[in-house]
Amino acid sequence: MSALAATDATAPQPLLSVRDLTKAFPIRGGLLKREIGSVRAVDGVNFEIGPSETFGLVGESGCGKSTTGRCVLRLIEPSSGELRFEGKDVMSLSGDRLRALRRDIQIIFQDPYASLNPRMTVGAIIGEALTIHGLATSRPQYEARIVHLLETVGLQADHMTRYPHEFSGGQRQRIGIARALAVEPKLIICDEPVSALDVSIQAQVINLLEDLQQRFGIAYLFVAHDLSVVEHISRRVAVMYLGRIVETAASRQLYSTPKHPYTEALLSAVPIPDPSVKRKRIRLKGEVPSPINPPSGCHFHSRCPLAKDICSTEVPKLKESAPGHLVACHFR
Amino acid sequence: MGNYLLRRLIVAVPSLLGISLILFVLLALAPGDPFGELASNPNIPPEVREALRVKFGMDDPILVRYLHWLVAMVHGDWGFSFASRVNVDTLILQRIPTTLYVVGTAQLLALAVALPIGVLAATRPYSIFDQIANTFAFIGFSLPTFFTGLLLILIFSVNLGWLPFVYRTDIHATGWLWYWENIKQAIMPVTVLGLYQAASYTRYIRSAVLDVIKLDYVTTARAKGLDESKVIVKHVVRNALIPVVTLVALQMPTVFGGAIVTEQIFRVPGIGSLLISAILANDTPVIMAVTFVFACLVVLFNLIADILYGWLDPRISFR
Repeated sequence: MSALAATDATAPQPLLSVRDLTKAFPIRGGLLKREIGSVRAVDGVNFEIGPSETFGLVGESGCGKSTTGRCVLRLIEPSSGELRFEGKDVMSLSGDRLRALRRDIQIIFQDPYASLNPRMTVGAIIGEALTIHGLATSRPQYEARIVHLLETVGLQADHMTRYPHEFSGGQRQRIGIARALAVEPKLIICDEPVSALDVSIQAQVINLLEDLQQRFGIAYLFVAHDLSVVEHISRRVAVMYLGRIVETAASRQLYSTPKHPYTEALLSAVPIPDPSVKRKRIRLKGEVPSPINPPSGCHFHSRCPLAKDICSTEVPKLKESAPGHLVACHFR
Repeated sequence: MGNYLLRRLIVAVPSLLGISLILFVLLALAPGDPFGELASNPNIPPEVREALRVKFGMDDPILVRYLHWLVAMVHGDWGFSFASRVNVDTLILQRIPTTLYVVGTAQLLALAVALPIGVLAATRPYSIFDQIANTFAFIGFSLPTFFTGLLLILIFSVNLGWLPFVYRTDIHATGWLWYWENIKQAIMPVTVLGLYQAASYTRYIRSAVLDVIKLDYVTTARAKGLDESKVIVKHVVRNALIPVVTLVALQMPTVFGGAIVTEQIFRVPGIGSLLISAILANDTPVIMAVTFVFACLVVLFNLIADILYGWLDPRISFR
């Protein structure tokens, strides 16, 4: 396991590669409920995740980051694009083969209160996945696995027979993590896993996730809107705006030298816990435009301080501006 | 749990006393009494009428009469039906099997229809199936049973002559034929009542399932790799049915209490029609006993619903 954890992110074959991923939700209206438009929640997203790498995906609410995460697992069916997991085409899978994929890719949800079935005991919630994928052959083995998983995430064996409502938010999120770990996945989609938790509990859960990565070599797609959490946990980070990735770079690089004007604005909004530090806040005009009718060309041009004519006519390509630093802007 | 049950049962006593007092006073204040018709009957001398009234304590103050009734009730004496000239409990026990058979079957039919349709409609919201199901549910509870009942009688009894339109308890047949006749005469009342009930159950189940189906733990179940039918049965339906169980449990008193309108249309000799004829005949002991039994059943099934709820939903504890 530890050998796997040491594998470099730049290994020849990425664990997951996403090409031109698009998800459009149709809007129906009128008397005949015909399609009158669509919300392009995800609009041509590209990224790769290496084995045991943490890839952060940040952006404001509604920018399509959670949809991207769910599309990777095909919990939401993508409209188009290419998904490859360990070189296998994920888009063509169906039925049993698609379910088998869910042994390799798991997901942790934002709301630990809604993501656990209130009528099942913790043991049953964790154990169900074991049964589905045939990971336990006997009752003692099944129970031993559940106890082991609970202990791995810092819970106790006797929690097995309890129900989710008997636990705190942080404990519930641990249950969610244990459940995801049960099938020994290679990639876990963390869909805002700490956004619903207290700050002190957030740190515990983040540390747990990092610890698990060290031990089992799991890769994470870490979706969040909290920039400092993402900076802390991710090796590489992508910034999304209205369904598109506007910038991708190594975490340190992105935070120290942001290139895209949107990233700059976003980072300038992160509070610094020191009132004596003065810095220039970049304030964006207006609200995020509606994804039903996004601005032409570069989606950001309507609020961008650098915008010129070309920005409203031509979509900027995501191109390398420094080694490993990709940015989608005509001027950077 | 034991404490909870005991406390609920103790609380039930004053509420049942209150209900019975209100019922009794209302009946006493209503115009007319079982001896009303004797007054206009020239064959009965006024002295006899007066003697009867005194004997049954008809002119005592209401509270005294109520206390008499209560003491008798506690001793198992449910009173005497003046119209039928038998004890009320005998009368009720005669009628209950028919009501249980007809109304109970109708409830089972309603659930058997509503469960699959409601769940299927919710798993494919706004699909063609859903829209058809919704339309029929809407029609179903818009049409009153006295209309659909008469419509069915007109079609299947009068025009086609397939089914009898008067329900009989004295069927002169033996063996299989007896069963067949009993089934045949129950078809129409059961259908009318069952489909009417199914319509509202369908709407209820559909919305309960829709509430649950979009929750994260259902997505979690899919993410585990569970196949869709198991996700629906194990994670969605089991949670969605908790409120439905309560609804059904609260419908149970009607299974005993009968369906007044439907029983009347098809001449089903059940509790519902007993109540109607007792009201028409000013037969107060019967009205009192039937309504009181009904009240007891409502209280009992409320308690059962609460216990079921706690058993089905581990988040609820009995305190």
